[in-house]
Amino acid sequence: MSILVNKDTKVICQGFTGSQATLHCSQAIEYGTSIIGGVTPGKGGESHLDLPVFNSTKEAQQELEIDATIIFVPAKFCKDSVQEAIDAEIPLIICITEGIPTLDMMKLKQNADSAGCRIIGPNCPGVITPDQCKLGIMPGYIHKPGKIGIVSRSGTLTYEAVDQTTQAGLGQSSCVGIGGDPIPGSSFIDILQLFEEDSETEGIVMVGEIGGTAEEEAAEFIQSNVSKPVVAYIAGVSAPPGKRMGHAGAIIAGGKGTAEDKFLALEKAGVHTTRSPAKIGEEISKLV
Amino acid sequence: MNIHEYQSKQIFKEYGLPVPNFLTANTTEEVLASAKEISDTNWVVKAQVHAGGRGKAGGVKVTDNLKEVEEFADKWINNKLVTYQTDDQGQPVSCILVEECTEIKKEFYLGAVIDRSTRSLAVMASPEGGMDIEKVAEDHPEKIFKVFLKSPSVGNEDHLPLAEGLELSEEQTKEFKDIFRNLVKLFFEKDLSLVEINPLVLNGSDNLVCLDGKINIDSNALFRQDEILELRDISQEEEKELRASEWDLNYVSLEGNIGCLVNGAGLAMATMDIIKLAGGEPANFLDVGGAVDEKRVAEAFKIILEDENVKAILVNIFGGIVRCDVVADGIISAVEGVGVDVPVVVRLKGNNSEIAKEMLGKTNLNIIAASELSEAAERAAEIVK
Repeated sequence: MSILVNKDTKVICQGFTGSQATLHCSQAIEYGTSIIGGVTPGKGGESHLDLPVFNSTKEAQQELEIDATIIFVPAKFCKDSVQEAIDAEIPLIICITEGIPTLDMMKLKQNADSAGCRIIGPNCPGVITPDQCKLGIMPGYIHKPGKIGIVSRSGTLTYEAVDQTTQAGLGQSSCVGIGGDPIPGSSFIDILQLFEEDSETEGIVMVGEIGGTAEEEAAEFIQSNVSKPVVAYIAGVSAPPGKRMGHAGAIIAGGKGTAEDKFLALEKAGVHTTRSPAKIGEEISKLV
Repeated sequence: MNIHEYQSKQIFKEYGLPVPNFLTANTTEEVLASAKEISDTNWVVKAQVHAGGRGKAGGVKVTDNLKEVEEFADKWINNKLVTYQTDDQGQPVSCILVEECTEIKKEFYLGAVIDRSTRSLAVMASPEGGMDIEKVAEDHPEKIFKVFLKSPSVGNEDHLPLAEGLELSEEQTKEFKDIFRNLVKLFFEKDLSLVEINPLVLNGSDNLVCLDGKINIDSNALFRQDEILELRDISQEEEKELRASEWDLNYVSLEGNIGCLVNGAGLAMATMDIIKLAGGEPANFLDVGGAVDEKRVAEAFKIILEDENVKAILVNIFGGIVRCDVVADGIISAVEGVGVDVPVVVRLKGNNSEIAKEMLGKTNLNIIAASELSEAAERAAEIVK
């Protein structure tokens, strides 16, 4: 078992013929991911990476059985692409793109919810189930099939957690980057729930950061709904207030959203925390 | 992106939100001329900077004496205003807002912000106007009234909970309804991330007036907000942060002495945190992003080194897709090319990291290769001790 994606997941890519999509789709295919086609408006009928290209997601939907889409479309046009995927009722929409306006995401999230679609991201590294399906920009080789579920708002910091759990010999069931934007398509809670239900996941690593209250909400959720051990790390203890730290959502505003508050909320809820980003693997090893 | 108060008020005007008559001026002569045009008897003059706390810092004056208007202009134009929200250098003043005086019977707070947990627009009002709203939220949360909206379409009664919270009369509630509706329209049409009217006042003739205005715009939406983009005042932005952004680097300057160069925002914050755990103090946040190429790394080194406090630099790159030996090559060339004169601790993780470590160890440059994150932080902290 795993969450969200596995070896049978049939995937298309939107923005397929762009350079980033080409690079990451080639790697995904090499990794064993079942990519079955892609979308680039105006290039329908062509072939790319030996796969069919369609003009729209709808066209692709008519020809193929699609479980998931991965989106690499530039921010300017990305709202339309995500909406296309929602209109085609693709169950899983993974959006890598950084820079989508927050109000667009507010709307897209509402639309996805009413259509029953799940969005991961935007502004995220994607989702991977080791040795089965890699849908994102993460380096495949650091992952190893195993028992830790990882959920994170960050990219490279997720790789850090992955690497540590691999080194500790635990491996990962699945890893999900929910992204660094103020309104993510999926929250920590959504993913924690999936890990809790997944028989293969024995422990969970949650990597949060400053800004918003998603970690506090997750803490409450874990307390009453998660039986598996969770280790949490929050980045940005040393971040100054009022400054955006790279991610659109990583900002301490009006004294709210500090790493310290999040650590405290998690600890109060009985979640194991680590103050050192280098000790994530060590801490989860103690618990599973 | 932030804009000035006078720009916010111009936008308010476009959207039918009531603001006092005002003019702007860039020289003392212009300030005086504007004052005479606005009123014969009394004036409000306000220094325009991208920071709050101007009143307490002397950047706002209410007067019935034209001489004082002149003195205010002389004092602030081409000078810097330091408030509790600026650094100790302050923000440069090049523009003065000259406004008619408004008689204040009551002060309210009205604001709107994207509420992340409900994924909606939260419009907030409080009868405790003119005060620090964060403090009100802490001390008297019951005095903040909120309405949550999922879309720009405003219902006929959506404004009522706020109007009731402010204890407005029937007549004032009618005025407030328009203000509420227009504020929401403005928020969605201009892609704001925050708007604050603090205070919104009841004036001498019992009408509502926006006495101050603060607007933040979602930077991700600037590609479709050309008019807003023209309002950008780069003199208000930190010089190094500005230059970093031109190179697509995310840089925030901090107080410590260990410079940081990292790929990825989360990892960059984590690197700062682990430096602190090792007993050091980070000098900056710097995310070089996905493409770790030599040119941008060189530019990042230059920006970090402009900070005279920096005594060591910690480079932390999680190679990922890129090979570490390629990254190492870029770092070595950049250190050499820029002439970095402080020790550089480099931790590279990912493909070919062993080869990279060997390459870094072999140079005659002041580079210290580390394998693990904690080790790298400890080395850097030791150097600056």
